[in-house]
Amino acid sequence: MTDDNTVLPTSGNLVIIGNGMVGHHLVKTLVEQGDASPWTIHVFAGENRPAYDRVHLSALFDDQTPEDLCLSPAQWYRDNRVTLHLNDEVVEIDRDHKTVITAGGVRQDYDALVLATGSYPFVPPIPGHDHENCLVYRTVDDLDAIKRCAGNAKRGVVVGGGLLGLEAANALRLLGLETHVVEFAPQLMPVQLDETGGALLRKEVEALGVHIHTGMKTELIDAGEQHTLRMNFEGQAPLETDMIVFSAGIRPQDSLGRQSGLELGERGGIVVDNQCRTSDPAIFAIGECALWNNQIFGLVAPGYTMARTVAAVLNNQAGDFTGADMSTKLKLMGVDVGSVGDAQARTAGARCYRFQDEVAGVYRKLVVSEDQKYVLGAMLVGDCDAYDTLLQYMLNGIPLPDNPASLILPAGDAAPALGADALPDGATICSCHNVSKGAINDALDGGCCSLGDIKDATKASTGCGGCAALLKSVVDAGLEARGVEVNNHLCEHFEYSRQELYHLILVGGLKSFREVRDTHGKGLGCDICKPAVASILASIHNDYILEPEHVGLQDTNDVFLANMQKDGTYSVVPRVPAGEITPEKLMTLGRVASKYDLYTKITGGQRIDLFGARLEQLPLIWEELIDAGFETGHAYGKSVRTVKSCVGSTWCRYGVQDSVGMAIFLEHRYKGLRSPHKLKFAVSGCTRECAEAQSKDIGVIATENGWNLYVCGNGGMRPRHADLFATDLSDQQLVQLVDRVLMFYVRTADRLQRTSVWLENLEGGLDYLRQVVIDDTLGIAAELEAQMEVVRERYQCEWRTTIDDPQKLKRFRSFVNAETPDQDIRFVRERGQPRPATEDERSDLIETVSV
Amino acid sequence: MQWQHICTREDLVAGSGVAALINGEQVALFYLPDQSPPLYAIGNHDPIGGANVLSRGIVGDVNGELVVASPLYKQHFSLLTGACLEQDHVSVPVWEVKLDGDKVLLRPLPAALNRTGT
Repeated sequence: MTDDNTVLPTSGNLVIIGNGMVGHHLVKTLVEQGDASPWTIHVFAGENRPAYDRVHLSALFDDQTPEDLCLSPAQWYRDNRVTLHLNDEVVEIDRDHKTVITAGGVRQDYDALVLATGSYPFVPPIPGHDHENCLVYRTVDDLDAIKRCAGNAKRGVVVGGGLLGLEAANALRLLGLETHVVEFAPQLMPVQLDETGGALLRKEVEALGVHIHTGMKTELIDAGEQHTLRMNFEGQAPLETDMIVFSAGIRPQDSLGRQSGLELGERGGIVVDNQCRTSDPAIFAIGECALWNNQIFGLVAPGYTMARTVAAVLNNQAGDFTGADMSTKLKLMGVDVGSVGDAQARTAGARCYRFQDEVAGVYRKLVVSEDQKYVLGAMLVGDCDAYDTLLQYMLNGIPLPDNPASLILPAGDAAPALGADALPDGATICSCHNVSKGAINDALDGGCCSLGDIKDATKASTGCGGCAALLKSVVDAGLEARGVEVNNHLCEHFEYSRQELYHLILVGGLKSFREVRDTHGKGLGCDICKPAVASILASIHNDYILEPEHVGLQDTNDVFLANMQKDGTYSVVPRVPAGEITPEKLMTLGRVASKYDLYTKITGGQRIDLFGARLEQLPLIWEELIDAGFETGHAYGKSVRTVKSCVGSTWCRYGVQDSVGMAIFLEHRYKGLRSPHKLKFAVSGCTRECAEAQSKDIGVIATENGWNLYVCGNGGMRPRHADLFATDLSDQQLVQLVDRVLMFYVRTADRLQRTSVWLENLEGGLDYLRQVVIDDTLGIAAELEAQMEVVRERYQCEWRTTIDDPQKLKRFRSFVNAETPDQDIRFVRERGQPRPATEDERSDLIETVSV
Repeated sequence: MQWQHICTREDLVAGSGVAALINGEQVALFYLPDQSPPLYAIGNHDPIGGANVLSRGIVGDVNGELVVASPLYKQHFSLLTGACLEQDHVSVPVWEVKLDGDKVLLRPLPAALNRTGT
């Protein structure tokens, strides 16, 4: 090992090999220590992009791009005068001349050298493992290769049922492959979980359609008959597949240590001391390539701690790495899994408490010391709510309560949740960035006054994100202690959030804006609260929105039942359920558009939009449309718009269910539902997903056995893939869940909050939504369904009601005292259709008229 | 200027607005039965959106001032002064308006009192 008397270099060229998360963290720590750093930093990276968030790699299968995951762009390195060599791997360290040499021939002298080369995926030496369809899952490029390969594949196998293996399996599943996991051990996640936990996880993962094979030893990979490859197992039937992703663990990337003769561990890893120094005092190793006390730390948080240690040592400060907590919490395919400390109860004398709920799919194990005074570890599957509390008990050595089992029993039994107040100031809240409760309180004292401020100032919860809930409670408690009130009031007239107001209106049985304002508000109201209250009233009672007491509350689009355009004219969108339309109706639309000279365009929701109708023309147009059997399309409302569909099994060679029939059914069921924002649906007849259901608020995709329901997707400004909510539903089950999801959204969302943002802000997220909607944990499911029934019963075509009432038609006059149309509305023709005249064109037109 | 008879109370919509034409100009008439006075008249032309739409906006109050929100881009215009709350130097003309029995009477505000000089 190192000689403690060796004089460390204190300035000059610092070379960092590796630009992964840990290598980047070292650069960032050094840079943030200020301009006075005596080091000139050179970073060499094997990959062709700057450091990115590898922990969230699977986000690339959702809606993220590699740029989203980037930790600091190349420009940041330039701005901080750090030389970054991308795509140029170091192949040799010449310790005698203190020089590194790259594959591209660059030579760089160093005074201090840091190895942050990370690890590589272990591929078992099974014959055939080098086939081009055998891949690994570690880098952005690996993911690209997986995506490319999956394009021609129907079935994919992941070898390895550990944490990363299940991540990889989820990726294959999201790519639409029939997914299998092959694990050598008799259970999933053998490192983190016991047999019970592994079995529960397996059940949950299998429910998502992933096939799990445990206790399988692969002996040979050769050519398949139905698929590209065939995997042959010891004593088991073979399994054919089109591609294989190996995720059977990691190995430290120590080849440079080996090449340059640094001391290595017996099973690999570059040996380091408490300062992360290798056997050469000028060379350090950090992260997954470093072996400390015969341990490799395969998590990002210990790597960061090592990086900070080296940064301190390089700056002549005290730095000590003395091991790290390996507790971890993550979500695998929607299943929460948590492991705290000694979860496997390996400590001598350890005692365990276990709680298992086979109905809800929850397993919790608490491991305590022999004297039952302290938490040694914990294991959580299916629900990680207790993770933060248990971790704090373990890390801070907080004495156990009298009844330790209460820590893992269901909340109904009054679990003594460890509030933010109970934590000592030194308690680590964010282990990735080593932020303590005290540091958060200091930041609050320093002027931060929101969760976002705290994240910016301390970086807490910007690493793995596992501490988000705990951080929020610490920040909330801190703000409260400082007398800061978090304001989510609707507007100056109502000191309530939309959700609170919804409950007040529901419980109070209030029926008009006046009642609501007199009971709970002040002033006259405004363009924020009036439409919001109108929408809530409509969601609860579904009265005709143009009743005299409601009319002044509506946005112009709702008042005139059409969409105002920039010139003050309106567009008209009749309902075309599921985009299915008879030729006769299509001709009616053409005839009406032609008669009133309306600009005509097909919408993204499979309907036809007719533009340029003047106020006074709207009733005339609608009279003709209603006579032809059309009804209002609610394109003007914050309400259910369309249910888009593909043609489905009726015509399509691939369809497995009647998607058009289901879409028409859904559109008729939910039309007229007023909601916090517009709602879009789609139904696809097979997994090819031609209706793009995964970009909708409610997406339905047909399976061989029924329907898969996706919720809270969005296109538009901030696209979000919908989350798979439930699988293989019958028609009846589907409708029941959609009823509940929609009504729960209507009840709890903020004003103008789309379902995607609503879900992201819903505490507990998708799991919580599942609990409320599927498991009915709040006991409100029947109420939600009943309320949907009320809304459905009271549905009316608002245009038919309007046309039938001469009083209402009075509103559709250009002027109360003249029959003339608005002379300022001017059109010019383009591509054979009218469009609003521009300002210049308009003045020309008016001159022409006056001449 | 003489008061002009524009329409009757029947033509108005309580809590909201209608458009009227006076001497070739478009006026937005608002009827707020709970307020005193109950009638307000400002120009119908939204100078920011560039269309004749203010009569179709939502009426309310912002910090106690009676306003209409343009249905196009949601700027607020004072029903009393015609001033735009969001943009200095932008305003719409104001008319004097009153009820005589059920008759709605209107006349231009003296130019000196009107921000737009109409």
